[in-house]
Formats: sequence, C-alpha cells, structure tokens
Amino acid sequence: MRVHFTVNGRPQRADDVWEGESLLYVLRERLGLPGSKNACEQGECGSCTVRLDGVPVCSCLVAAGQVEGREVVTVEGLADHARQRSDAVSTDSRRSEDGELAPIQRAFIDAGAVQCGFCTPGLLVAADEMLERNPNPTDADIREALSGNLCRCTGYEKIMDAVRLAVARQAEGV
Amino acid sequence: MPNGTPTRITQGTRITRGAIAKGGIGESTLRPDGALKVTGEFAYASDMWHEDMLWGHILRSTVAHAEIVSIDTGEALALPGVYAVMTYDDLPTEVTHYGLEIQDTPVLAHGRVRHHGEPVAMVAADHPETARRAAARIKVEYRDLPVLTDEASALAPDAPCIHDNRTDDHAPHVPHPNIVHRQPVRRGDVREARRRADVIVTGEYVFGMQDQAFLGPESGLAVPAEDGGVDLYIATQWLHSDLRQIAPVLGLPEDKVRMTLAGVGGAFGGREDLSMQIHACLLALRTGKPVKIVYNRFESFFGHVHRHPAKLRYEHGATKDGRLTHVTARIVLDGGAYASSSPAVVGNAASLGVGPYDVEDVDIEVLALYTNNPPCGAMRGFGAVQACFAYEAQMDKLAKQLGLDPVEFRRRNAMSQGSLMPTGQVVDSPAPVAELLRRLKALPMPPERQWESSEGTDVRQLPGGLSNTTHGEGVVRGVGYAVGIKNVGFSEGFDDYSTARVRMEVVAGEPVATVHTAMAEVGQGGVTVHAQIARTELGVAQVTIQPADTRVGSAGSTSASRQTYVTGGAVKHACELVREQVLERGRRTFGASHPAWSTAELLLEDGRVVTDGGEVLADLVDVLGDEAVEVEREWRHRPTEPFDRHTGQGNGHVQYSFAAHRAVVEVDTELGLVKVVELACAQDVGKALNPLSVHGQIQGGTTQGLGIALMEEIVVDPRTARVKNPSFTDYLIPTILDTPTIPVDVLELADEHAPYGLRGVGEAPTLSSTPAVLAAIRDATGLELNRTPVRPEHLTESQDCWLPDIAG
Repeated sequence: MRVHFTVNGRPQRADDVWEGESLLYVLRERLGLPGSKNACEQGECGSCTVRLDGVPVCSCLVAAGQVEGREVVTVEGLADHARQRSDAVSTDSRRSEDGELAPIQRAFIDAGAVQCGFCTPGLLVAADEMLERNPNPTDADIREALSGNLCRCTGYEKIMDAVRLAVARQAEGV
Repeated sequence: MPNGTPTRITQGTRITRGAIAKGGIGESTLRPDGALKVTGEFAYASDMWHEDMLWGHILRSTVAHAEIVSIDTGEALALPGVYAVMTYDDLPTEVTHYGLEIQDTPVLAHGRVRHHGEPVAMVAADHPETARRAAARIKVEYRDLPVLTDEASALAPDAPCIHDNRTDDHAPHVPHPNIVHRQPVRRGDVREARRRADVIVTGEYVFGMQDQAFLGPESGLAVPAEDGGVDLYIATQWLHSDLRQIAPVLGLPEDKVRMTLAGVGGAFGGREDLSMQIHACLLALRTGKPVKIVYNRFESFFGHVHRHPAKLRYEHGATKDGRLTHVTARIVLDGGAYASSSPAVVGNAASLGVGPYDVEDVDIEVLALYTNNPPCGAMRGFGAVQACFAYEAQMDKLAKQLGLDPVEFRRRNAMSQGSLMPTGQVVDSPAPVAELLRRLKALPMPPERQWESSEGTDVRQLPGGLSNTTHGEGVVRGVGYAVGIKNVGFSEGFDDYSTARVRMEVVAGEPVATVHTAMAEVGQGGVTVHAQIARTELGVAQVTIQPADTRVGSAGSTSASRQTYVTGGAVKHACELVREQVLERGRRTFGASHPAWSTAELLLEDGRVVTDGGEVLADLVDVLGDEAVEVEREWRHRPTEPFDRHTGQGNGHVQYSFAAHRAVVEVDTELGLVKVVELACAQDVGKALNPLSVHGQIQGGTTQGLGIALMEEIVVDPRTARVKNPSFTDYLIPTILDTPTIPVDVLELADEHAPYGLRGVGEAPTLSSTPAVLAAIRDATGLELNRTPVRPEHLTESQDCWLPDIAG
C-alpha cells in the first residue's frame, strides 16, 4: 500500500508498504529517518517515541496505515518543533548560539544524560512534550512523564538533571 | 559486487575544545558524539543501510536439549524474496565452532541442540518479514534428550555429557565433564580458626539470572568485497576478539575480514561473545550481497549470554570482639550450554569471594556447570556480583549475632593498603573500605514520610506508586549498607594490552592530534577521555578521534572496567612518544636559537613548546611544519599470574576497585511492594579523568544492581530449560519511577601503578548496590531473604494467602 503523511513538517509518501509494517519501520527503513530507535518493538521501552498529531506514541505500536494524512514529529524534527513553539510564544526572535538544537537536546548533552544514547531520541521527544504541557514540573512530574522510557546506562539521575536544566534555562529565557 | 561503504557511519568525530576550558584530564568535558546522539543522526549498528542489502534471520531451537533428526529447508527456499537458506551442512570450512576461551559454540547446530534458542539455520531475504516467514517454514524434527538444569542433574552419575570429548585446558582438572572449571582458594587453617570463633553463621543464597538488557539490539551489516573478503560494520565490545573467531569460520585470512565499529547501544558484557557476526558474513559471502541482521528484543534474550545464576553456601566465624576468624564458601555458577567466559568468572568469584575484608583462614570452592540452561558469561561485575550479594548478607548476620552495628563490624574487618587477599596477593594501592563506609554512614537521611504534602498524599512517593495501593499504612522504612571489591582488567596471566596510534600534524594552520584505537565505545565515554588525554599530553585544542576498526591493533575488550586504564594508558603512552619526537624535531630545527631546548624540561601547552618554567620556545605549527608525527604502540599493564589450580594462590589481579552503598527503602509490608527512597554510593576512583562520566558510570551501575535486587530475572522452566520471559513485558528493568536519587561521593586516592593514578570505575558500583538494597529490606521487614531478586511474595507469604479457594 501507499501511505501519505507529514513528517517533521514535510509531506512524505511511502510506497510498497506491507500492511504489517509499523510506523517505526517506515520511518527507519523507507524514509531514511533512523533516529527513532528499535530497542524492543513491543511498546515497552519508549525508544521509538514520536509525536502523532502532537501526542507521544510508541511508533513501533502504530501500524503504518494508521498515520495516513496525519502529522508525525520525530527526534530529527525536534529542534524545529521546539523553535516554532518558542517563536509562537515569544516576540523575541533572538536564538541561542546553538540554534540547531532544541533546549532539551542541549540540556541532555550538558548534563551528561547521554551515554550509549539509544534511549535518548525517545526520551527527548517525551521530555519535550512534557515541557510543552508543563513548563514547571516537579521531580515527581518528570519521573511520571518519563516512566515509559527505559534507559539502561545512566540510572536516570543525569536525565533528571537534564530536564531540570532545561526547565531552569526556559525560565531564565523568559 | 556492491561497492563503496554503507551510508550512516558516524563513528569517530572531530572535537574542538571549548573556548574557556582546556579540555584535558580531570575536566567534565562533554561527549564528542553528544550532538549526533541527541539529533538522531548517530548511526547505531541497526541503522546501517546499503543499497541492495538483504535481511538475515536466524532460526532458533524451540527446545533445550535434543537431537536434530532432520532439517527441511525446501519450503523456505521456495518463498519469493528468499536468497539463501543455510544450515550446518552449508558451512564453508572445517572450523564450525567458536568461543571466547573454549571453542565449543557451533555457528549453527550440528546434530544436537543444547539450549533453548540455539541457532539452527538462517535465511537471507529482501525484507525482514520475508526472512522471518521463511525461517518459520524450515522444518526441524527434534528428538528430545534429558534436560540438565542444576547441579544435581548435571553431575548425576548417569548424566549425559553436554560436550563430549572435551579438549580444553580445564578438562583434565575437573571432577566431572559437566564442570567447565573449578577453582579452590585455600589459605590458612579453617579447622583451627573455627575453634577460635565465638560465633559462626552459615547461609545458603540464590542469585537469579540477570540480563544485560542493553537497549540497542544485536545488529550488524556485512558487505562482501571485490577481493573475496568481507567488510563488517558491527556493534561489539572487542573488534579483534570477534575477528579472531570469525575469520577461520569464513575460511578467510584476518586481513580480508575488515571490521568497523558501528554505533553501540550499550553492552554491559553482553557483546563480549559473538552474536550474529559470523551469520551475517556467511550470508553475505553466500549471496554476494550486503546482509543486515537486527535482532528484535525476543531474539536478543536468546542471542547473548547472561549473568550466571548462582547458588552460594557460606560459613563465617568471628570472635566476640568482632574480628572475622574464617570464611568458607562454595559457589556453584550455572554456565549453561556453552563455556563463554565461565572459567574467568569462576576465577573472579573464587578470588574475590571473601569480599574486602581481612581474613586469614579461608576455604573457597567455586565451579561453573555445563547445563542445558541458557549460556552465561560476561556481565558487569563478572563473578564478583554474586559473591558480594552473599558475603554481605553474611556480614549483616554476623553483626546481628554479635550485637554490633553492621557498619562498625565491617570497619573492624575492612581491608586496607597492604592487606593480603585470600590468594596471597598484596593489595598494593589504596583500599579505603572503612572510609567509604564512614562517608555513607555520615550522610543525612532522606526525610521520613516524603509522601505527605500540604495537598495530601502524593502516592508517587510510596511503594506501589500510582497504583494507589497505600497512603502510608503498613509502610516501614529500612536502611542497609554493603561494600564490595572488584578486579580491574583481565586477570590470571592474560596478556592484557591495548594499542593506540596517535598522529600530530598541522591542519588549517593549527596543530591537530588524531587518535586511532580499536576501542569499542559502548556508551561509557572512552572517546571523550581519549581526547582529554591527547589534549593534556600534547597541548593541542583540536583532537580527532578516528573510527574504531581493525586497521589498528587490538584495544582489548570494553569490559572488566579496563578501557580507561588500558587503552587510556596506550593513548597516553603513544602521546608521550609523539611528544618526544616533536621535541626532538624542535631541537633539530630551533635548538641553536635558545639554550633551554637542551637544558630545560620541555612541555607542550596551548599549541606551543614551553619550558617547565613557562617560557615559550616555539609554536607547534612551526615545529611540525608540513610533516606529521605518528606513533602506534602497544601498551600493557603489570603482568598477572594464573591462580594455582589447587590452592588458588597467585598474584592474579592487576588492580582492585572498591565501592559501597547505603540503601534506604520503604516497604509496604502488607503487599510486599518496595520503594527504594535513596541509594547512595561512595567509590574510590583513583583519579576521575572525567567526573561527569564517572558519576554516570556509578549511577548506572548502581541502578543495574537495584534491578537484580528487586525485579530482574530471566525465568527458566526447571523442567524444560525453556526461557519463560524473553521480553521487556516480562523481564523488568528499572524505570525512572523505580530508581531513586543516587547521591555519589567520589574519592580520588591514586594508584601509583596506573596511568594518572586512575582506578577502573564501571563495575564496582554494580556489586554492593544489590546487597545494600537487600539489607535495607531485611531491616524493614525482619525477614531473612536469601535470594535475589526479592519479589512481593517473599515479603508477604502471600503465596499461601492467595491460593485459590476452589473447594470452598
């Protein structure tokens, strides 16, 4: 089958898609967007998290056909997505020096939240969505929001640090 | 033949230091691959892609022990889109087995399968689903054999041999052919010491089978080359060890199997053995097309070895004043169907089995079995983890019997620099065991009843969390301590070396260092540290880290907490030689211009040659000119010795590392649910080359220890030896909700034998985390708890309560 949908703001078309293929497979193997990760392919680890019409989902559990006509944001489009959000709420058009990264991406690097990095894309999409909803989260809020994303390297402490850092920088930036 | 390299290779990165920091050792410089990893551009092995590539899939045995009566591949081959189906009969050479230490593992099963999930056949097809469906059409007829699942069945007089006609080095010395290796450690006179003991405690302990559960699945891409060789892009821990095992099976000289490290999504020991490397290469050579294999999570649980489950029996004695008199231990590790690294795991458990304590009279026996359970091998902590769980439980038991505080009792027996190991080896660098415990004990306690807030009860802070199972009723707090000892580096006489190639040249008017090693970056941050070392030693800002591949000599394994020590040591050594050559060139060119060239101690700093007094003699750009300086060298740590087969005596280890934990838990005693409130760690790291990465290692290792304490266990059916929970649905690893805050206290007491005084960091925190959590739960509940992981039914006896009342 053929599937049309929007990925990171761009219309995309995938041809010869099997009915059984997941959104994750189509992104990774047909559209050249391997940023969403294939750690469990059964909806347990969150490493394939993308936004589907704004809602974070495990793309491994979404049948490709279900995304016909819908909008997907992956880690590859996260920086643009975050930039559009901040442009929408702020008349200040100044950009950080690191204009290519979303604040949550920068914070993950700075806080040491990345080791092997396999969980990172999914965590970033989930964390960014939480910051969009809740710009001032408590630690318990952060843990709850990220509870669907497994990380095996960090023990989550630096991930907590990274989200707190992004929150603090967001607050300072206003 | 396909040409060129596959797309999506991002290993190896150019790094520029920040404007303020120098970016040398001791600084928390940031990962060079960080930006690629947060944008999704970093290419892991499963992201590799090649035009015209095929997908490989492996058919695995559905039974644990059976003869293979027949294999029919006809229907699989007939499926459109299938390019090749291979079985044992299709292997190209006489070499059909591989293995890290003992070559007992068949590439594809030959006449018999020995564990559930053993590779039997494989398929290459143009779509992964086609490959899976084709594999499902292969008909394998099995004739069941008796299943050996424990010591009693494996060592029974009539037990079938898991491996007939063993020829390995251990075979002549083991009391039964189903024992892979046995290592006693005997010191002093336990019988005599027992008489001096005022208190003796014994205990039997069970340690479950843990999985590394790295998130990046086993995967790789094999590309056949014009010259008949193959290029393999692979996630592994040790490229050259893979190469040594792969090439003979393919019938190729090693220089025709060119390996490049693809992005590695975690390892923790689980990538030390081969997984799909040979299979992908065979299919690529057979079809003449690039072949990619990616395991899914189900297959990953069968595709790598696990941590050895263990049964441990300990006896500890002490005098009334709290001094250990003796320790005896018998540790039985289940190695499963193939040897993997079982012999070395035995050596570790035996030599480290007493823990970080001074004990003169010791009698330890450790053995690993061959059974039909899943093969077990390397995992973070490597034999020391299982022992630490048991000896720390014993230490608490003894302290209780003596009426002593558990930390005080440990302090009285803590080893220190100059102590003798039970192997007779002198601990010849700092061993701050008592100090680590003292620091933990001095930490403030997390506040009680943190779930209470002005807005009512926050159930997220309670055992059971959002399941809303308690608002504090029945919740009891407990506190536990534990400390452990781990060796660093490969032991028992292994020639443990690494190789580094360092080049220095002028690029675009700036001096640039290039570091090339075969070190597998698996997430630990070795690439960060190599650049820091080059900056410190060579005084340059810009360092390029080359992709790890087999065009440079072996770096050894990314395991045993060894890479910063050994490959870091190799990079340091190569940098020093480069520096000497650069200075020599400077003396030749500029020596006449200033007497300091021949009289002063010269350093490279900020891109210049300076005297130790700080006088600038020349710019590196001018010294180097158009000609690069390049050095490739092997570097070794101090040699070690094998342990005596009968007494276990010998200087078997190169370095020891120490970590301790304090766990604070809250237990819902009615439901048996545990919340770890805080899990603090104190560790001596010798020298923190990158403090941020050191913290990350300690917190990550701590959390894996928490996992085996509370939830992680591969459950193997004791009747069939089949794995019952090969998924993240049923094999649980800690989420961010299960993981508490992990305060870290880092000591830096230099080991003068090691580069920069550093001590391997990665494994020690995985040891004491588990027994600290267990001790805290015992403290809260008063239960004995002699197995890990602890499950709710162990805390509530709910097995009885919940028996269905059918009769009523």
